[in-house]
Amino acid sequence: MSALERSDVARLAALARIDMTDADLDRLSGQLSAIVDAVATLADVAGEDVPATSHPIPMANVSRDDVVEPSLTPADALAAAPEAQDGRFRVPQILGEEA
Amino acid sequence: MTDWTRKSAAEMAGALAAGEVTSTALTQAHLDRIAAVDGKDTPSGVHAFLHVNTEGALAEASAVDADRAAGVSLPPLAGVPIGIKDVLVTQGLPTTAGSRILEGWIPPYDATVTRKVREARMPILGKTNMDEFAMGSSTEHSGYGPTHNPWDLDRIPGGSGGGSAAALAAFEAPLTIGSDTGGSIRQPAAVTATVGVKPTYGGVSRYGAIALASSLDQLGPCGRTVLDAALLHEVMAGHDPHDATSLREPVPGAVAAAREGARGSLAGTRIGVIKELGGDGYQDGVRQRFEEALDAARGAGAEVVEVSCPSFQYALAAYYLILPAEASSNLAKFDGVRFGLRVERETIERTMAATRAQGFGDEVKRRVILGTYALSAGYYDAYYGSAQKVRTLIQRDFAAAFAQADVLVSPTAPTTPFRLGERLDDPLAMYLNDVATIPANLAGIPGMSLPAGLAPEDGLPVGFQILAPAHEDARLYRVGAALEALLTREWGGPLSSLAPELEVAR
Repeated sequence: MSALERSDVARLAALARIDMTDADLDRLSGQLSAIVDAVATLADVAGEDVPATSHPIPMANVSRDDVVEPSLTPADALAAAPEAQDGRFRVPQILGEEA
Repeated sequence: MTDWTRKSAAEMAGALAAGEVTSTALTQAHLDRIAAVDGKDTPSGVHAFLHVNTEGALAEASAVDADRAAGVSLPPLAGVPIGIKDVLVTQGLPTTAGSRILEGWIPPYDATVTRKVREARMPILGKTNMDEFAMGSSTEHSGYGPTHNPWDLDRIPGGSGGGSAAALAAFEAPLTIGSDTGGSIRQPAAVTATVGVKPTYGGVSRYGAIALASSLDQLGPCGRTVLDAALLHEVMAGHDPHDATSLREPVPGAVAAAREGARGSLAGTRIGVIKELGGDGYQDGVRQRFEEALDAARGAGAEVVEVSCPSFQYALAAYYLILPAEASSNLAKFDGVRFGLRVERETIERTMAATRAQGFGDEVKRRVILGTYALSAGYYDAYYGSAQKVRTLIQRDFAAAFAQADVLVSPTAPTTPFRLGERLDDPLAMYLNDVATIPANLAGIPGMSLPAGLAPEDGLPVGFQILAPAHEDARLYRVGAALEALLTREWGGPLSSLAPELEVAR
């Protein structure tokens, strides 16, 4: 596995929706590259016959009784919103001009 | 005059029930202590609390006193005050998880554990400091400034739950709640000479706990004694339909186990020392106190054997793939739409990116980007998939080891607390703090840290870790209480009572 390049970090930051300045990229890409080097040792540790564990205590088909329970009122749900209008969350335009 | 802040929670509960003290007096004593040592403008400036709930705590204390006077039947810890890690949502009280992105957020609901604390009638003193979204081992990644270790204010209190641990060590609270994803309860306990327990995965509901890595996170109790942790464990634990990973089994008999253990006998108990969690990389004084604790256990009748867990050498790498992967997904909800910070831009997409850039600290950015990488097309199998297989190998190592021993033990952390700032710019050095605690999270098993003494070379606390098989949390309390009884006898009192006196504001 190759180390993370500065351009890789810029692309990943865009995917993760985190703006990065040039100074951020300079600071973080070296550290991230070192971390990736340290964790990249795992690929060949476990053979193909070893199953993956996604959850430490496996549980299946967990469901609750089909009854109505109290939930947040619309006013409570919207109370901490940066912007709300007509009982809904209000956001800036969703599509940019290039879309 | 009795200084109630120095008592154990069990003693406080007993004194309340006997009418020797009121909850109002107890709660006020702790609020006074917080005012004297916690604020950034006090001489000590411990900074264990992000928010102090003065009015709310006193109101609940007064209500408990009134009910007690009226002869109302009350839960065992009614009137004993508590601090809650800021990772838990608390209706009407600010909740930030240590992040600037949630600055000023007041949740509209209670976490299940918050509700249980309220039902137990425990006055909530406030919310304790933590690394941002629980990412860290020192609280230096808190968006609101670090917590200082009461044993040496220039040193780290551990993390991510450094606030919860320091509040106990500074006698600002008798009990606190923590969360443990890779050691965030146990490692702070180790470096502050307090007790912290990570229950079996699913033992405590996580509904309303701000998620870090959902296959690893577990909430647990923190106290200055094993019995106190047990009392709080029984308040917190139990099945909750709001958490799909919540176990349906009965709450482990933690209190009964702690009382049994406190008699000090370990006859017939097989203790397995994990070979891979010791030796090179562990500070001399840590190894010495650990070995002395083992000698004490042998003296009380325990059989000590060595066990080997060869896959543990890969645990840290597996953890730092699984955790960032899950965290990058869990933290996607901080998008400037429904709650928290918004940095407005022309489109929603640019708003999200600007909001997260301003609201997240460096460690959060590092881990979200690392997780995005580990989950990206072409790398998923090599990274996340391989890490999940290593998880299976670690579970198998534990299963083999528990066939030879009732509990497994190791030092909780390789070193005593280091200086603030010492590892801040070296993430990999910081990650090594959790090398001994991470395997338990990967396997879902319960673990405890309790004080093992002070390292001779620096006079700072050393932690002793006990691990038990899944669902066997009670074993931690039995063995932990026995060791605590043996060691406390040698020290002439609880280790926490030997901490240097903090300078107080007048």
